[in-house]
Amino acid sequence: MEPDAELLRRLRAGDEQAFVALVERYNGSMVRLAASFVPSRAVAEEVVQDTWLAVLRGLPAFQGRSSLQTWMFTILVNRARTTGTREQRSIPVADAGPVVDAARFGPDGAWSAPPEHWIEEAEDRIEAEKLAGLLRGAMDGLPGRQREVVMLRDVEGMSSAEVCQVLAISEANQRVLLHRGRGKLRQALESELGVGGSR
Amino acid sequence: MRLAFRRDLVCQQMVELVTDYLEGGLRSSARRRFEKHLAGCPHCTEYLAQMRETIRLAGRVTPEDLTPQMRDDLTDLYRRWRSEG
Repeated sequence: MEPDAELLRRLRAGDEQAFVALVERYNGSMVRLAASFVPSRAVAEEVVQDTWLAVLRGLPAFQGRSSLQTWMFTILVNRARTTGTREQRSIPVADAGPVVDAARFGPDGAWSAPPEHWIEEAEDRIEAEKLAGLLRGAMDGLPGRQREVVMLRDVEGMSSAEVCQVLAISEANQRVLLHRGRGKLRQALESELGVGGSR
Repeated sequence: MRLAFRRDLVCQQMVELVTDYLEGGLRSSARRRFEKHLAGCPHCTEYLAQMRETIRLAGRVTPEDLTPQMRDDLTDLYRRWRSEG
């Protein structure tokens, strides 16, 4: 895959194909990310289109202090927040509950209902497509901020510093959100694939 | 996360420390206590392996493909921007 830096160079030279390649690489992720902030898919697509225009217009001023992706996603989140209604409501940083149901531990804090095995099952028994669908569904079910952090860290593969920049949150918040979000994804996989089967 | 000194960690604490551990966010003493528990606890070892697998599987979730409509819209957007001057 052509590195972003090379696409950026070609884009600056006025290469339309470089723009299309960038759109193919990031548009889908951007729509999903925007959708986390705004009320509908249609609005998310509009925000993403506005973002692409802002990216093109901002190119001369982009100095490459962050990666191209981090810069674009930061523009996107700022626009999505301005557009979305979600930020007007007050959002707790993370739900307060434990990452694993307290009922699964005894009074001494040791596992009473230990994790069910599913790692081998995940790929042996289930098609990649179904597995991806399961994870997508679990991500969609996460509270907004957890979903955003998990998407950026684990799906997009950004560093924690990049995620903090894009979402304008502290490192400590980022980690709590990541912890809760990942914990719920694990639970979803266990519930679906564990020896107990679907529950 | 601050931990009381000397007491061994219990499983219920372990699961709350997993992300700090994976992110390299535990101080060396806390990290040693975490690893000590891990060495004697197959369930927490399994839990940690499942978190790693969860992360790996999430990394394979791919964004949806661009629809032809969106591709056309964005190509138009590019051309309009080019003609802006």
